[in-house]
Order: sequence, then structure tokens, then C-alpha cells
Amino acid sequence: MSRPIDLTPSPALVVRRRRDRLFHAFAFAGALLCLVVLALLLFDIVSTGAARLSWEFINSFPSRFADRAGVRAALWGSAWLMIVTMAIAGPIGVAAAIYLEEFTRRGRLAAILEINISNLAGVPSIIYGILGLAFFVRWLALGRSILAGALTMALLVLPVVIIATREALRAVPGSLRAASFALGASPLQTVLRVVLPSAMPGIVTGLILALSRAIGETAPLIMIGALTYVAFVPQGPMDSFTALPIQIFDWASRPQAAFQQNAAAGILVLLALLLVMNSIGILIRQRASRKLQP
Amino acid sequence: MKIEALRTSQGAGPDLATGSTLEVRGCSIRYGDKPAVNDVTLAFALHRVTALIGPSGCGKSTLLRALNRMNDHIQSCRLEGQVLYHGQDIYDPAIDAAEVRKRMGMVFQKPNPFPKSIFDNVAFGPRLNGTFRGQARQALADHVEKCLRAAGLWEEVKDRLRDSALSLSGGQQQRLCIARAIANDPEVLLMDEPCSALDPISTARIEELILDMRENYTIVIVTHNMEQAARVSDNTGFLLSGDLVEFNNTADLFSRPRSKKTEDYITGRFG
Amino acid sequence: MSLSTTQRIPLRSEQKFRPVEFSALAFLRASALVSIVTTLAIVVVLVYESIPFFRHVSPWEFLLGTQWTPLLEPRAFGVLPLVVGTLHVVIGAGLIALPLGLLTGIFLSEYAGPRTRALLKPLVEVLAGIPTVVYGFFALTFVTPILQRFFPSIGLFNSLSASIVVGIMILPFVASLCEDTLRAVPRSLRDGAYALGATKAEVTLKVVVPGALSGVLASFILALSRAIGETMAVTLAAGSTPKLTANVLESIQTMTAYIVQVSLGDTPRGTIEYQSIFAVGLLLFLVTLALNIASNRILKRFREHYE
Ligand SMILES: Nc1ncnc2c1ncn2[C@@H]1O[C@H](COP(=O)(O)OP(=O)(O)OP(=O)(O)O)[C@@H](O)[C@H]1O
Ligand SMILES: [Mg+2]
Repeated sequence: MSRPIDLTPSPALVVRRRRDRLFHAFAFAGALLCLVVLALLLFDIVSTGAARLSWEFINSFPSRFADRAGVRAALWGSAWLMIVTMAIAGPIGVAAAIYLEEFTRRGRLAAILEINISNLAGVPSIIYGILGLAFFVRWLALGRSILAGALTMALLVLPVVIIATREALRAVPGSLRAASFALGASPLQTVLRVVLPSAMPGIVTGLILALSRAIGETAPLIMIGALTYVAFVPQGPMDSFTALPIQIFDWASRPQAAFQQNAAAGILVLLALLLVMNSIGILIRQRASRKLQP
Repeated sequence: MKIEALRTSQGAGPDLATGSTLEVRGCSIRYGDKPAVNDVTLAFALHRVTALIGPSGCGKSTLLRALNRMNDHIQSCRLEGQVLYHGQDIYDPAIDAAEVRKRMGMVFQKPNPFPKSIFDNVAFGPRLNGTFRGQARQALADHVEKCLRAAGLWEEVKDRLRDSALSLSGGQQQRLCIARAIANDPEVLLMDEPCSALDPISTARIEELILDMRENYTIVIVTHNMEQAARVSDNTGFLLSGDLVEFNNTADLFSRPRSKKTEDYITGRFG
Repeated sequence: MSLSTTQRIPLRSEQKFRPVEFSALAFLRASALVSIVTTLAIVVVLVYESIPFFRHVSPWEFLLGTQWTPLLEPRAFGVLPLVVGTLHVVIGAGLIALPLGLLTGIFLSEYAGPRTRALLKPLVEVLAGIPTVVYGFFALTFVTPILQRFFPSIGLFNSLSASIVVGIMILPFVASLCEDTLRAVPRSLRDGAYALGATKAEVTLKVVVPGALSGVLASFILALSRAIGETMAVTLAAGSTPKLTANVLESIQTMTAYIVQVSLGDTPRGTIEYQSIFAVGLLLFLVTLALNIASNRILKRFREHYE
């Protein structure tokens, strides 16, 4: 009754299994390649720039002489830029997300805003630079100031803040809102006292993401005319400025090896800043989520 | 052996007159530390329909998926004991799961046609296995037609074989999935609640189909619906929290349950 | 009686809160409108500022001209050389990033176990977070020197090197978008294929990837749109020689690099060079916008498909 039956892999299946393993190896190699590239990139930068990195480098103004040049002005410029950018994009982005998520769930306006934001997120950064140049620098006559740069940068990162904040708000369970309404709170009170605090970790992540994007952006700053040679620390938002990526670009575009080393050292500083920012973000997130779940 | 013990214990016992090529022996399955099936032994009669019933979470799907090694894809899942197919333990390291699955068609709870054309859905298995390699195209087309006819779908789709399978209704999709499953010319058909996502008319059509296919396939069907089990199956196994409480021919199991637990379940006292 | 008291209390409290709530809501709404205003401002600025340019150069001449010499006499404003330069980078980067990104996405979604994924995913994200100017530096100091060994004739600035680094840049982007779309393919389809005796590679290549095809396509379009808008790496590595060439070993200029070149040169307002960056910017904006809209549409339909 039971006819003989062979369940060991047929020759055709043996071939298919071999192909299967091959593809697995192939996909693994593809993924591995990303890591190899990352390693090569870091190796290139560290091997070129590590020797140049010193306190002197961090604390010196730019110079015609590569070995005397440093990133002091660029660091201050970037710091100013980041603070002003966040002061603008943070509140506006979070407020816009709150409006979209908590006050207009559906409807035509919400749909238009949604499409608009996802399209804005895909606009090349240099287009924001052109906008900043024409609108903030010339039409509003802000000149090549930190404020003009920060406003440009704020528009650039706004979609990032909005999208991340919306996701964070969406993750807050509706029962929390219902509980707050049941206690007689108004929608605004509910958002400010109940929803926002529990969405905080996600919002902070979004802000850090936005900052990480802003601190490395170069093209818009070149467009609005951030200078490459600044031998002073900016004192206020109307001062002209340089920024770390601008300084790196300037050095990298010079043919001399010594300046290339400066560029690599500048990149190390920039990557270190990114690392610190993201670590702080992770810490804040962890602390916040610990508070929420005692 | 336990099967023999069950058969002789009382009444007629499960109908195994046609013999069996698929048996489960001392099979225990767990997910991580959590047991799902405990020491189950039973045989699926050749060219008969065997139903597995029991309350939700009792391990029906787990047991069914063990029969064609679909649990291999769940990392935490571990199996002890044997699943014998033509006398060979399908969990033997020398045996390839793909060879086992090729011989056992499976139909799932929710229709899951691939987002391809109706034709390509049915042709998927034969193409994988190179069944018609080197033959005229028409051979594959004829085979697809045969399978669609067997699944009672041919008349409805013969003019739109190139349309997306997703354009079919839920009941049609499920019959397409049956056609797809039998396109590999399997000996066994495993069905996991194939009607639970369907309306009563589609359900009736699939039940009819099961009865038609009975002569050609060994069918194992998991169902929540006891009327369905009574209508379509020859033997029925009742599972309760991972234990096979009772295994008997369907008529006896429903009319003269040996176990109090079975009686409670089929009379709707719980579950 | 009791009805009137319950009515009165909220009325009073409403009056008390009204100004605050009202102005707060107004702020929220205004903030949401900033994004619309931004889009409008981009369009207005690009159109308004390029009108003077198109008074000098007809749109026809601009779009079909094969000479781009805005800074030299005789001046010519045919944008095709910049478009071709951009195409070099887009095609080159696409050839690298699309297959590799899809493969990485496949690995992350289908093959990597939870632990491998937890390790790999953040590293891919790091790659995505590195500023573009860094990639420009990498092209100049690492990729070009290696290319010089294989192609002695290659210039210090060449489109190949820029294409490679832009490819590396958009690779993590493609990988994570593809991973998301592949994950969206329901498990039941994979089960269905396994049950027919398919191997994992067959499940992936014959069911999962085809099932996610429109999502993958949308990811590709989005990534290519990024490559078109990429600025710093191409400015540093590809040079500033607008020309109609198919040779990837030569220096070229992309639309973005041209815009940077002019604005670095401190061009006075009102000159035609200054105006030309708005015209090029407008073209760049329209192309990337079209690609983004297309991609978002496809993605939206894809998500609805598997809901
Ligand atoms: N992938 C899994 N991981 C962990 N536990 C699982 C998994 N699948 C099932 N289980 C558990 O194993 C037990 C048996 O599940 P199974 O799906 O076999 O039940 P079932 O009888 O088919 O139920 P239903 O009628 O609801 O489909 C349940 O307790 C379930 O929670
Ligand atoms: Mg089940």
C-alpha cells in the first residue's frame, strides 16, 4: 500500500538548495559591503586627520597657513546656528505636528498639509539655500547673518521635526486622552499636560535627528553666503559666520595635502559632535521612558 | 501501539480501513518553554478526511503545520517524537522539507493568493519543481486547467487567467489556493480552517470540493465548526490544551463520545 | 434646575480659558501653515527671480541648448550639459545603490536574525547620517586615487568618483526603504510559497520582491531624486566643467554644482549669472518634485494594497 517514496532532495532540489545558499551569501555580502564602506570611510578620515587633531586645532581661527588653522570660528558659528535653528524649528515643528495630529485628524486641509510636508522633505537642500538667499538674505535684508542661515536651516529641518513628532503623538494611547477629557480638561490642556509629556522621548529623537541633519548641511549655507574665512567669534544672531561643514568644504577643495589633513580633522570634530548629540538623545529617551514605566 | 489501543478500546474506532501513509507518533511540540502539543499519536487514513477540532489555542494549527514542517520557520518551535510519511520520519536530517511540502498541499485560514495572475498562481508550484520543464507550453496550461477544474473554479476564471488573483472574491481566492495546492500533485492536503474567512455559500462550495477530492487525497482539515467536521470528515480528533483527548470515526465521536471532555465540547458546554 | 448649573459651569470656565486657548490654537494653526508657506515661497522665489533670466534666454534655448558657458564670452545658456552631468551622477549612483540597497534590504528583512539586525541596522543608519561634505572628501582623497590606479587617464575631477560616493550615500536610504516595503509583504504569502516547496531564495525572489515591487520602485525613485539634488559631493569630486559627454572619466558639472559655483563666486545681483541659478534651481525643483510626488503616490497605493 505504501509505495516507495524518496524524501531526500532530488537532484533538481540539490541544485535549488545550492542556489539558495548562494543567494543567501550574496545578500549577506551586499549587507556586509555597507559596513566595509563605512569602515573604509572612517579609516580614510582617521588616517588623514587624526594627527592634525589637537586642542590648538579646535581653538584656532582659520589661517592661510594650514598648520596654524583651526575650527574655533566654525565651531562657534555652528553652535550659534544650531541653537537659533532649534529655537525656530523646534516650537514651530512641534506645534504644527500637534495641530495636524490632535486638532485636524481628517479633512481636506490635513490631506493637503500631509502631502505638502512629505514633498517638502524631498526638496533638495540647495533649493532651500536658494530660498534663503532670495527671501531671507535679500528680500528681508537679513544679510549673511546667523539669523538668515538659521531661518533657512529651520525650514529645511521642519519636515523632519513634524514627521517625527507626529509619529510620537500617534503612539500615545487614546485612553490617556480620554482619561484627561473625563477629568474635564480642555483639548489644549490635554495635549500640553498629558499627550506631550508622554510623547517627549519621540519628540526629542526627532529634534536630535533634525539637529544632526542641520549640523552637517553645507549647500544651503554656501548659498546664503556663509563665509569661509572668519577670524572672530560671532557675538549675536546678526553677525556673519562660518560653520563647520563650510570650513571642511573650503579645506577639502584646496589641493594642498596639509589642508586635506585639516579637512579630515574638521570632519572628525563634526562626527564627534554628531556622536555626542545622538548619545545625549539616547540618554534622554531612556530616562524619559524609564520615568513613564516605573 | 497507541493507535491499535484506541481502535480496540471501544466501538468501531477510527476508520483506517484504507491504511495510512501519514502518522504522528509521540509528538510533542513547544514554542520556547511553552508546550503546545503533548505526546500526540494518530494516523491519517489514506483517501479519507480527518478533522482536527478543539477550542482556540489547543494546538490544532501547530499539529497541522508539523505535518509538512511549516513550523521550521518559527524559530522558537521545537518538536519531539516522529511524523512518519510512508514510514520515514520527515524530521530526519537526510530529508529535505521542500520534498515533503511538495507532496503535501496546504491551504490556509485566510486566502493568500500571490499578487500575480490567476494562471501564475496555479503554475507556481510546477514551475518551482520543474514539472513541465522541456515540455510544450501547452502541457503546463493543460495542467493549470485541470487543477482549476478540480477546484471548481475553471468556469469562473477561464476567460481571465491573466488577471490578478487579487481581483477574485474571497471564496474564489480560497478555491484558487486549493488549485494552487493541488498543482504539485500532492498526496496529502492540509487545510487550516479553510472556510473561516468565507461566507456560507463559499463555505458550502469548499465543503463540496473537499468531499469530491476525498477519493484522490488524504485530507486533514482543522476546523472550529463542528457541523463542518461532521459533514466532511471520516475521522475526527479532538484536541484540548495540546492533548489528543479522543480520536475516533466521526459518527461515533459525535454521537457517542467516550470522553466527558469531548462530550462537553461538542455539546457546547465550553470552548 | 440641575441642567442649568451643569450648563453654567463650563460656560464660565470657557470664558476664562478662551483667550489663552484661542491664541494657542492660532499659533498651532499658523505653525502648520508654515509648511505651505514654505512651498509657496520656494515656487514664488524660483519663478519670480528667473523671470528676468527668461527675458534674456528663451525657455526653448535654455532647455534645448547644448552649450553652457554663462561665465565666459560668448555666453550660452543651454542647460543640457548640466542635465547630462546630473544624469552621469544619477545613473552611476543608481547602478551602485539600487541593486546593493535592494540586496541589503532583502538581507535585513528576510535573512538577518534579530541579533544580526540589531547590529546591522544602526550601522546602516550611521552611514545614512554622515554629512554629504564628508562623502565629497572621501571621493577626493580615497575613491579618485584608487580610480587613478585603474584608469591612468582619469582626471582629478571626474564623474565616476562622484557617482560612486553618491551611490554610497543613497545606498542606506534605498536599503532601509526597501526593507520597510519588503516587511510590509504579509507573512501569509511567504507561508503559501514555502508550503509549495519553495526555498528561501525562491520565496524571496519570486513572491516577496514581486509582491513589494511597487514599493521597491517608489524607494528607487525617491533615492534617485536624492541623487539629483545631491550637491556637496559632486561639487567637490565631479568638477565644474559643463559638457555634453558620455565619458565618466572626465570632469563634468551638475545642476547643483553650478548653483554652488555661482554663489561661491560672489556674483552681484542683477547679472545674468545670478539670475541663471534661479532658472537652474527651478528646473531642479520641478524634476525632484515630480519624482517625489510620483514616488509618494506609488508608496501610498502600495501601503493601501496590503492594509
Ligand atoms: N509562533 C508562535 N509562537 C509562540 N507561541 C505560539 C505560536 N503559534 C502558536 N503559539 C501558541 O501555541 C498554542 C497553540 O496554538 P495553535 O495556533 O496551534 O492553536 P489553534 O488550535 O490553531 O488555535 P485557533 O483555533 O485559534 O487557530 C497557543 O497557546 C498559541 O498561543
Ligand atoms: Mg489555528
